[in-house]
Parts: sequence; C-alpha cells; structure tokens
Amino acid sequence: MEEVRSFLLKQAEGDLLPWKHHLFASTHFGLTMGQVEKFALESGLLPSRYQRNRKTISVEEQLRLFQTHVAVIGCGGLGCYIIEEMTRLGIGHITAVDPDVFEEHNLNRQLYATPAMLGQPKVEAARARVTEINPAVTLLPLKCAFGKVNGADILQGVDIVVDALDSIPIRLELSEVSSEMNIPMVHGAIGGWYGQVATQFPGEDTLRKIYNRSANGTGVEKGLGNPSFTPAVIASLQVAEVCKIIIGKGTTLGKRKLHINLLDMEFVEIQY
Amino acid sequence: MIVTIKLFATFRTGRFGEETREYSATTTVGDILKELNLPVDEIGATLINHKHVEEDQTLLDGDTLSIFPLVGGG
Repeated sequence: MEEVRSFLLKQAEGDLLPWKHHLFASTHFGLTMGQVEKFALESGLLPSRYQRNRKTISVEEQLRLFQTHVAVIGCGGLGCYIIEEMTRLGIGHITAVDPDVFEEHNLNRQLYATPAMLGQPKVEAARARVTEINPAVTLLPLKCAFGKVNGADILQGVDIVVDALDSIPIRLELSEVSSEMNIPMVHGAIGGWYGQVATQFPGEDTLRKIYNRSANGTGVEKGLGNPSFTPAVIASLQVAEVCKIIIGKGTTLGKRKLHINLLDMEFVEIQY
Repeated sequence: MIVTIKLFATFRTGRFGEETREYSATTTVGDILKELNLPVDEIGATLINHKHVEEDQTLLDGDTLSIFPLVGGG
C-alpha cells in the first residue's frame, strides 16, 4: 500500500489529487474510488473535486467526513437533496431508507424524480445518482420502511441519522431507536411555505417535546402540500448540521428548533 | 396583565400576526389556545419569550406567547 501512497504523492499537484490520477490509481491498483480517496486524505492530499471546500473544511476534516456513516431515513423531498449535498460534501458512507417508488406527484420537488424514473424505487435512484456524482461515496439502498422492529439493524454502525420522514409517528420511533443507540439525529420537516430543523443528541428528548401534542397527527403539509423550494432549504440546513457534528465546529441546533417561514422570510428559534 | 400573542404560519389566516391583549393573572397558555379557537391537534409549538412551554403554563405581565402549527412532511 506504500506503493499507492507514493503514486498519489507523485501525481499530486501541490496537495491536490486530480480526478484523472484518482481514477487511474483505482484501476491500476484494483482499489475502489473510496479506498483511493482514503489513502489520499490520510497522506494529506485533497482530491481536487473538494478544492472549493478547503477554506471551510481542512484535509483532516475532509477525512473525517469521508470516514463517517450517515443514515438518511426517507428519500422524498428532503431525502434526495440531503443525499445529493452529502455526496458532494464527501461523506463517505450513506445508508438510504425508503419503501417507495417514484410517483407523478413527486415530480414537483423530489430531486431524483424524473418521468423516466416513475415506478422505480427511490433508494435505487439515489444509489445511481451518488455513483454518478461521486463514486468515492458508498450508498447502501434499503427499500423498506423504518420502524422499531428493524430500526436497530438499519442503524447498526451508523454515526448520525437524518430524519427526512413524512410521518410523525415514525419520526418518534426513529428518535427512540437513535436515542437507545446513542446516535445524534438531525430532524427536518416541511409543509407548504414552512419548515423546521432541530438536532437531538443522545440523552435529549427534543423530538418528543416537538410532537408531544400530536404524536399521531399530521401537520400543515396535509392541507398545503410541498412546493419545490421548501425541501431544498430545510435539507440544506440539515446537511449543515450533519457537517458541523462531524467536524466539531460551530453551534448546532441542539435543544433548539429553527422554524422557517418562507412566505414572510422569518426564521424563529425555539428553545427546548 | 398585558400579553403579546404572535401567531405563525397558517394560524395567521383569518386571525392575526401579532396582537397585544389583556388577561387576568391566572391565565394559562391553554386558556389562550381555547380563546383563539386553535385546534389542539394542529398545534406544533407554544413559546413564552422564545422558550418552549406546555399548555398549563401561567403567563406573566409583559410575556410574549408565540404559537406555531405542526409541521410534519418530508
């Protein structure tokens, strides 16, 4: 493996590893793109695709992103954008969970929904897209519904879970399983012009407090539906939270919820 | 006592965005929810001065009560 490191260091331009050499090393040494990325980052080299990350994220932090396993529960409006952004950010391992196939009513907002994909499983679309964007990232597609019965198996080995569900009762089950397994959970929810984001660390019970009045209910989305821009905003805020948890920078939304009103452009913080 | 009530998102429709009202000293969050005819199963959060509170919380003079509807889509 020293041979791989020597090759990468020799081909680097400064401390950047250009794509063509990344690809060549993968073929030449019989390694996955992910394995080459790990060698590069461990050698202090940044794959060139991340060069615009570098003022925000150091090479050492980029390695931490690569070594992290994030589960995205739900691959609809929020989930597709979350997966897209995490893949471009360079989070190395993603588990995507969703039982559904794309339907026509998904086309207005779900990033991987195209007419050609109607009837296709959402998690398989996510896997294909991730491989296309960043083949160093591994996405495990699980075409099933998350629940208390299979939750512990799904979250085995996961470092952070992202809530992109459309059901309040299942969210609360996800919160319960995540807490039991000591996994931080980044919550997001949308409805019409409105959305919310919160981060729950192990030992906190923010989700239960958020939904304590309506554990079996539905929110404003029932009457308002979801336009294209709301999931993109909320998903981006969720990915920013994931990034900060991994690299240990900034201030997260622990014990706080941000309520976003895009109709009047109001961001309100709620403390729990 | 004087309490400022702020309604958010869909709760503004047919009601108001912000109003200042006078209440008796023992008024709770739940009393105001009933007065405003807000359906309990559609309420997402109630805050006094940015802090999450439950329905049995009593208000104080000068408090701001914020009420948000439930959001649950994904």
